[in-house]
Amino acid sequence: MKSLRDSRDGTQAAGDPPHGGHPRPSPGHAPQATAPVRRIPGRRPGASRLERWLGNNPLGLVLTAPYTAYVLVVFIIPFGVGVWMAFHDYFFTAPGVSVPHPFVGFDNFTEVLGEEKTQRAFANLGLFMAINIPLTVVLALALASALNAATHWRGFFRVAYYVPYVTASVATLAVWLFLFNGSGAVNNVLGPWAPDPSWLANKHLVMPLIAVYVTWKQLGFYILLYLAALQNVPKELHEAALTDGAGRWQAFRAVTLPAVRPVTSLVILLSIITAGQIFTEPFLLTGGGPSGASLTPALLVYQRGIEEGEPDAAAAIGLILVTGVLIIATVARRVMERD
Amino acid sequence: MRRFPRVTVLAAAALVLPLSACGSGDAGGGKPTSGPIDIWYSTNQQEQAWAKATVAAWNADHPKEKVTAKAVPSGKSTEDVIGAAITAGNTPCLVYNTAPAAVAAFQKQGGLVNLSDTFGDAESFIKKRSGGAADGFRSPDGKLYQVPWKTNPFMLYYNKDVFKKAGLDAENPKLSTYDDVLAAAKKIKSSKAAKFTLYPPATSDYTNALFDFYPLYLANSGGTQLVKDKKATFTSDAGRQTLGFWQQMYANGYSSPEAYSGDMWAGPFADGVAAMGIAGPWGKGQFDGKVKYGVVPLPTAEGIPADRTSTFADSKNVGLFTSCKHKRTAWEFTKFSMSAKNDAALLEETGQFPTRGDVAAIAGGYLKDNPFYQPFADAVPRAVDVPNIAGSTQVWKTFRTAWEDAVLPGKGDVKSTFDKAAQQIDDQIAD
Repeated sequence: MKSLRDSRDGTQAAGDPPHGGHPRPSPGHAPQATAPVRRIPGRRPGASRLERWLGNNPLGLVLTAPYTAYVLVVFIIPFGVGVWMAFHDYFFTAPGVSVPHPFVGFDNFTEVLGEEKTQRAFANLGLFMAINIPLTVVLALALASALNAATHWRGFFRVAYYVPYVTASVATLAVWLFLFNGSGAVNNVLGPWAPDPSWLANKHLVMPLIAVYVTWKQLGFYILLYLAALQNVPKELHEAALTDGAGRWQAFRAVTLPAVRPVTSLVILLSIITAGQIFTEPFLLTGGGPSGASLTPALLVYQRGIEEGEPDAAAAIGLILVTGVLIIATVARRVMERD
Repeated sequence: MRRFPRVTVLAAAALVLPLSACGSGDAGGGKPTSGPIDIWYSTNQQEQAWAKATVAAWNADHPKEKVTAKAVPSGKSTEDVIGAAITAGNTPCLVYNTAPAAVAAFQKQGGLVNLSDTFGDAESFIKKRSGGAADGFRSPDGKLYQVPWKTNPFMLYYNKDVFKKAGLDAENPKLSTYDDVLAAAKKIKSSKAAKFTLYPPATSDYTNALFDFYPLYLANSGGTQLVKDKKATFTSDAGRQTLGFWQQMYANGYSSPEAYSGDMWAGPFADGVAAMGIAGPWGKGQFDGKVKYGVVPLPTAEGIPADRTSTFADSKNVGLFTSCKHKRTAWEFTKFSMSAKNDAALLEETGQFPTRGDVAAIAGGYLKDNPFYQPFADAVPRAVDVPNIAGSTQVWKTFRTAWEDAVLPGKGDVKSTFDKAAQQIDDQIAD
């Protein structure tokens, strides 16, 4: 009976969807193309074809090969297989077992999109983003500004904000579980105002709670980004604005905000990508419940692909997730970076 | 995109060709061979001690067919670990912790050996050892893909100190009907003797139904499985009564709908947070030294007498996996590990019952010295397990979702919610 009761964590990585959320490098040309082509005297003309293939510094290819291989093996190939699975009737089998995997077109997509659970998972993700992203930007900027202005205890506060970011989710989630369970510290403080049903059993509160948790957990990293940007805002600009009669708030809006805009854009982009991957929190806190109120697409991919043995449906959900995150991220970039 | 199938086929061929050369037994690839094998056992301490002793005894007599044993690698659940290992082709020969609920999925993956067809003496050995219970584990094709191994009938544990504090009879508690339990729960709550009366695991994991609804439903329905003849059964009167009972438990705050911070199966009872707990004989190992407890049969709506009350078997069986190179040795070792002598040792070492027709005879002496186990031993013949149906994971998931909609919140229309779930399950099975 141990198996059913064995709650140790460990296989979750297997359920992570292939995500293509990394920001694309700004459009430009491949390095080889921009380097001027130099003719080395004394070379046989036959070598030029090979040279065009390998570039001027073949050693460079050798040096980048390990990383290229890494990206191929852990990202490109699995992603390709995932795409293939999504369009075929597929399930995991033991090696040597041959079963047909017929092409099914968009059947997997129409199947998962028609399911209430998938719709709920994506709606939950939308709610999560609506709370998490604005909260992250506002809190990170406010706390970074405060830290930037602080003269005492600066090191202490920086460490304090950063600690949750570097602590394992499993450990911090256990603390939040103690805080927010029915008879936990938070409800004891709230007394008669404690929500009923309590936080983690409450359909309307569990996703916002997870959004707040993730905001808190990630905040240290974003504060650090803002802090670096704030320290690059020229003091003179601020002083000039104040001399011109601007109030503190006006100076903040006219000088600081535009100066940190690239960082805000980055913070939003990273938050969107992180949101798409939310898995550990519902997995450990609720298992997706109550009634799917904390189900996320990534958790659903794990449940469908690993627990229910339908990796084709799971791959379809994963692809929808990747596409959705890419679209939102692109829109966010366009909005933030237009002049 | 069209390249990928070819690449996959090539990769699969590269993996498969060398393997098939060395005779995988069941698909017509030659006779099962003998040689060294490896096995996995559960992480339960007492079971490990038993497994080590059994393996040592075998190895002493079979130097050329040595068995290497280790615990199942840790993961969220053993089922996920085995499922992944089947895909990777690195399952051991035998797993002494195969959950019947997962057998259909493993079989679909092509991970399990069809015992009935591969070994001439499999049917006779299993039928002789387990009697009629063996038929409950047959796959939809009528064959056996698992060896019934042990049974852990669930009973109701209650905390004697809490009962005393609540003014209840701690020696002969009145807990045979749902009304009895609700009345006791009311007293426990008003006297603040314990925070909750029953605290089964509350997360969305589908296996949690085996710890709240299913044991009580089996007891109340005379051992009717969740699905029978391709139809969901829980819309019957017995099912409604059990569902209604649990809804009341949550509605009155006698049970908690929140995940327990700690071991969510044994924790609430062992920590004194819940006054009662539903567990198999393994509960003794978990609760000893923590709380003073007694054991009674599971409650039912009308109070079915103990000697006729069915319960959940929580069986763990042995699977023989297709990746095994020496299937003959694996089968021989399976039979050796389930000899009368080793079965008796299993009971004595772990307090868990081998799935034998003659368990009473084997356990006789042990039960005299350990009367605690007597009610569990009595319940073994009436212990029922999960139905062996294709897609059982999805079926349990659907059930669990309905549970979260209408039972855990303590409100909601039980009838319409579960009628809908039953319809969905019927459709899933028909697919």
